[in-house]
Amino acid sequence: MSTALAAIKGRLPEGQDLWTLIGIWALLLTVPFWLPMLGGYTALASKVLVFGLAAMGLNMLLGFTGVLSFGHAAYFGLGAYGAGLTLRYLVHSTPLAMIAGVLFGGLAGTLFGMLIARRRGVYFAMCTIAFGQLWYYLAYSWNDFTGGFDGLRDFHREPIGIGPLTLDISQGETRFYFFTLAIFAAAIGLMGLLLRSPFGRTLLAIRENERRARFLGIPVERHIWMSFSISCFFTALAGALYALLNNFADPLTLHYSLSGYFVVMTVIGGMRTFWGPLLGAALFVMLQDYISSMTVNWMSFIGVIFILVVLFFPRGLLGMKRRATA
Amino acid sequence: MTQVILFNVTNGLIIGAFYVLMALGLSLILNLSNVINFAHGNFLALGGYLAYTLSPTLGYWGALLISPLLTALIGVVVERTMIRRIYNRDPVYSLLLTFGLAFVIQDASRYIWGPNGLPMGLPAMLGQPITENLFFITWYRIFMVSIVIVTVVGLFAFLRYTRVGLRIRAGTLDLETVATLGVNVRNLRTFNFAVGCLLAGLSGVLAAGQIGLNPNMGDDLLMPSFIAIIVGGAGSLIGTLFGGLLIGMAAALTTVVYPAASEAVIYGILMLVLLIRPRGLLGEEGMFS
Repeated sequence: MSTALAAIKGRLPEGQDLWTLIGIWALLLTVPFWLPMLGGYTALASKVLVFGLAAMGLNMLLGFTGVLSFGHAAYFGLGAYGAGLTLRYLVHSTPLAMIAGVLFGGLAGTLFGMLIARRRGVYFAMCTIAFGQLWYYLAYSWNDFTGGFDGLRDFHREPIGIGPLTLDISQGETRFYFFTLAIFAAAIGLMGLLLRSPFGRTLLAIRENERRARFLGIPVERHIWMSFSISCFFTALAGALYALLNNFADPLTLHYSLSGYFVVMTVIGGMRTFWGPLLGAALFVMLQDYISSMTVNWMSFIGVIFILVVLFFPRGLLGMKRRATA
Repeated sequence: MTQVILFNVTNGLIIGAFYVLMALGLSLILNLSNVINFAHGNFLALGGYLAYTLSPTLGYWGALLISPLLTALIGVVVERTMIRRIYNRDPVYSLLLTFGLAFVIQDASRYIWGPNGLPMGLPAMLGQPITENLFFITWYRIFMVSIVIVTVVGLFAFLRYTRVGLRIRAGTLDLETVATLGVNVRNLRTFNFAVGCLLAGLSGVLAAGQIGLNPNMGDDLLMPSFIAIIVGGAGSLIGTLFGGLLIGMAAALTTVVYPAASEAVIYGILMLVLLIRPRGLLGEEGMFS
């Protein structure tokens, strides 16, 4: 047993401790049992997972490549609309809808990434914002097809048939939570592998010193493009899950405000840490849920949170912990 | 048909003029301080609302003069207390900060002036059309465009012929060297930010007379202004000027043919520019890349 544990420990990425990992997964697996006792509801936990996945996808670019996208809501929203439109107009199949959403968002990101991979810093960010809004306007004004301002309705997630078995995720919040958790686990497992691979190490090298990376012969633009593209695929997957969670796709999922939320989640949790965005998403989603039920002036509160985080808390929760141990 | 086209050309000119004022302010701040001011549209709304509040006492002309200055003053306070702290940090922080600021200002405007639209009173003379035939061209539209032209020419003359303007232009290219030469860069950046906010405030007063006031009146202008900057080319104010006019005109002329696509055509131009000439029409190669 102990040798098996040691073997697992040796394979863990640095900065990750086995017991923390066990703790995180234990917490995530038992959410439906303890969250209602604390006054939450299970759909809120699903929302945290979905936003957490989107923010972790963004963080692959922001924290691990050092490139700022302020337009990731576009790929999230395209994932949501891709899944929703497929369910509504094409086939009543949850897996196919998810695949369509992921491809829709991911490919849009890949194509756009190609155009802007040479830009840097705020200018890169500005391009991502502007391009993201394109999809918002499209969803907003193409009323007949997308439902316009009211969002896309009249679709719902379908039971999944695997051979003779049927997994009915169409009913029950808890069941859908576990479905989301399974997809989440698979996705971030893949993300972890990618970040530990030579490719992921190369991204870190670019983040730390782009010029040196270039001198070492690393094709920097191509790596930034790939990182952008992969990050969009993850965020689109989160978007597809979001459409399934709500049985609804909202044009606001494409709006740059949501991109801002993803960035602030990442920063609150700690950008450069693997689990930070999930923690940030949990805090942000719960805080937003609480504040918007308490006051109509929730915008001020959210805005003040943004400002306070930037001025006094720029490293984020896990970033601070990391600094203390380093 | 001629009337329809003329009507839309006038509209395009006016929309373009707003894009230009907004985008020039944003561009000034972006070039010198490397900050994207997400709250720029909210400074615009502030300018409009301040004029609304001040015009009963100062009259329209007084308000037109004073409220942009007040907006600039608020800009100075914001820059000194918050934005200055993040100049040397990763760009993600400046975006988050101004994004949060946009939320706060918008909510505050809603709290103070109410969520519903308010009409902005204009002097009676400005409300008249210039001739019977061209009923859609009011004196106010002529007035608005002339103010924008005077402001833009004034801004470029200021940057070209004054010492401070020279420093701002030099700082855009190499701020470190400018600081080494003994220029107080901190004050320069504050001043530059204030000028940006002044332009936003002025567009706010002008827009209020055209479309009325509401707390998120600046939001619809923000994205096109970003696009005007990208299309015109980062680092070039002349580029921003052309970018703003180009997309304003393109959007208005598309309205003649196919109204639903007027927004989409702006994004079409953006994609085209990124594809064919990534640095923007008049952008310097190497800036921000």
